[in-house]
Amino acid sequence: MSLFAVHLSYWQSTILRVVFALVAVLLPAGTLVYAYLFKAVSFMQSRLGPMEAGPYGSMQLMAEVGKFLQKEDIVPSRADRVLFKAAPFVVLMSTFLLVLTLPFSVDDTFVNLNTGIYFAMAVSSVSVIGILMAGWASANKYSLLGGIRAAGQLIAYELPMILAVVGVVIQAGTLNMNGIVYAQWHTKIFGWGGIGNPYILTQFVAFFIFLVAVQAELTQTPFDMPIAESELVAGYLTEYSGLRFLLFFIGEFATMGVFSAIASILFLGGWTIPWGPAFDSNVYNVLGPIVLLVKMMIVAFLVVWARFSFPRFREDQLQRLAWKFLIPLALINITATAILKVVF
Amino acid sequence: MLKPKIPGVLKGLGITAKTMVETMFPDGPLKPPGPAKGAVTVQYPHEKETPAPRARGVIALKEENCTSCMLCARECPDWCIYIEAHKTKAPPRRAGGKPRKVNSLDRFDIDFSLCMYCGICVEVCPFDALFWSPEYEFSEFRIADLLHDKTRLAEWMETVPEFEAYEAGSQAKVKKVPR
Repeated sequence: MSLFAVHLSYWQSTILRVVFALVAVLLPAGTLVYAYLFKAVSFMQSRLGPMEAGPYGSMQLMAEVGKFLQKEDIVPSRADRVLFKAAPFVVLMSTFLLVLTLPFSVDDTFVNLNTGIYFAMAVSSVSVIGILMAGWASANKYSLLGGIRAAGQLIAYELPMILAVVGVVIQAGTLNMNGIVYAQWHTKIFGWGGIGNPYILTQFVAFFIFLVAVQAELTQTPFDMPIAESELVAGYLTEYSGLRFLLFFIGEFATMGVFSAIASILFLGGWTIPWGPAFDSNVYNVLGPIVLLVKMMIVAFLVVWARFSFPRFREDQLQRLAWKFLIPLALINITATAILKVVF
Repeated sequence: MLKPKIPGVLKGLGITAKTMVETMFPDGPLKPPGPAKGAVTVQYPHEKETPAPRARGVIALKEENCTSCMLCARECPDWCIYIEAHKTKAPPRRAGGKPRKVNSLDRFDIDFSLCMYCGICVEVCPFDALFWSPEYEFSEFRIADLLHDKTRLAEWMETVPEFEAYEAGSQAKVKKVPR
């Protein structure tokens, strides 16, 4: 918060942080949903997508939110009311906690944690609890099955994700996310410093594992067993309507944005322009978030692209991919990275 | 010749990417994007599709051909055709003959809120009074207004297309739509 070198009192900076956190959660989520879920996917299927609400359907999102807000908030009579009502907020809380760890630029951080990526991986697991709560509290067999599937899948894919991150952490030598960005910026890759050292070049295996794990963590299509609509109605979302469904929806796409941002921080150099000149830190404080947003959109496109290209995995195939392929691959990657780190 | 095998996973990604680019840039990747042209979507209220000539849109009635034999009303699976008629005298066919007794339609209504467009009435009509019309814009704000009477059904008669020629070598004569 030293952008304009104005000293803010605690309550002022708190309000600013809350506003910025809301923007950081909702803006990427809205952009993702409109640009990819509405439009890019329609083009992939030779459709036009929403066209009526605003020019090229750009106000469709407002219409959708308005629709969800009007709907009745139904709680099943045999549901565990407290858990049922709290579950979407737990999922959304995990998203907000994740956003807090992101470095948007030199000083644009909500909290600059020394163990940033570790904290991010930890709080991303909180959403599992929310999803299990939703599945259990709905008093519906489809919800419960969906919740259990989600728990099994999310726990299985957290391991390869964390192990993929470990490779990056070994190479960067720090857990601080801004530190990881600096480690990729203006450093040399095999003695050549033209584009810095974005870790996608050296950690491409980890990047692949991370993307697959993100896809699974977000329950996007090849891994959407938990909400498989053809067998489980809507999984743990079955009994939700109105505002609470909207919260789950925002949580899903905001998390997609955050995970894409984490992937671009870990592997694509975060808020830095790799060949860019060494601007003043104040310039980067403004430019950084925009660069990060662009990189985030690029990574998120890969997620959406895979989501709308592939059919669903069966449950055993899904678990086999995580335990028998991704985790051994990630362990080999860690070993190789560690050896090469010592050698060079 | 051994062709390098592309994994199906990448092929799938390629197909979606190709379709997306083709839809966004129908005139080539360097021209400005034109998804409205590239997509197969027809923006219905603004632009309209021409239905196939033999499309089953709505049922039209040629009132003069109807003898109120009630075959259609009785064959209708959900009984959505209502016919009322009375006997009248028609002038004789030949001079000096007896006046003919014919049925004159008072009412011929089809309730399109019940009709399931099976076409049995069109098939069963022995006097060529019922036809398929490709007209499809006849929705109403009230469900009761979907009960269309014989004047409305006769209007649709104008939209009935001519029968298409049978395939070459067919002995049967192509029927003509009565106008």
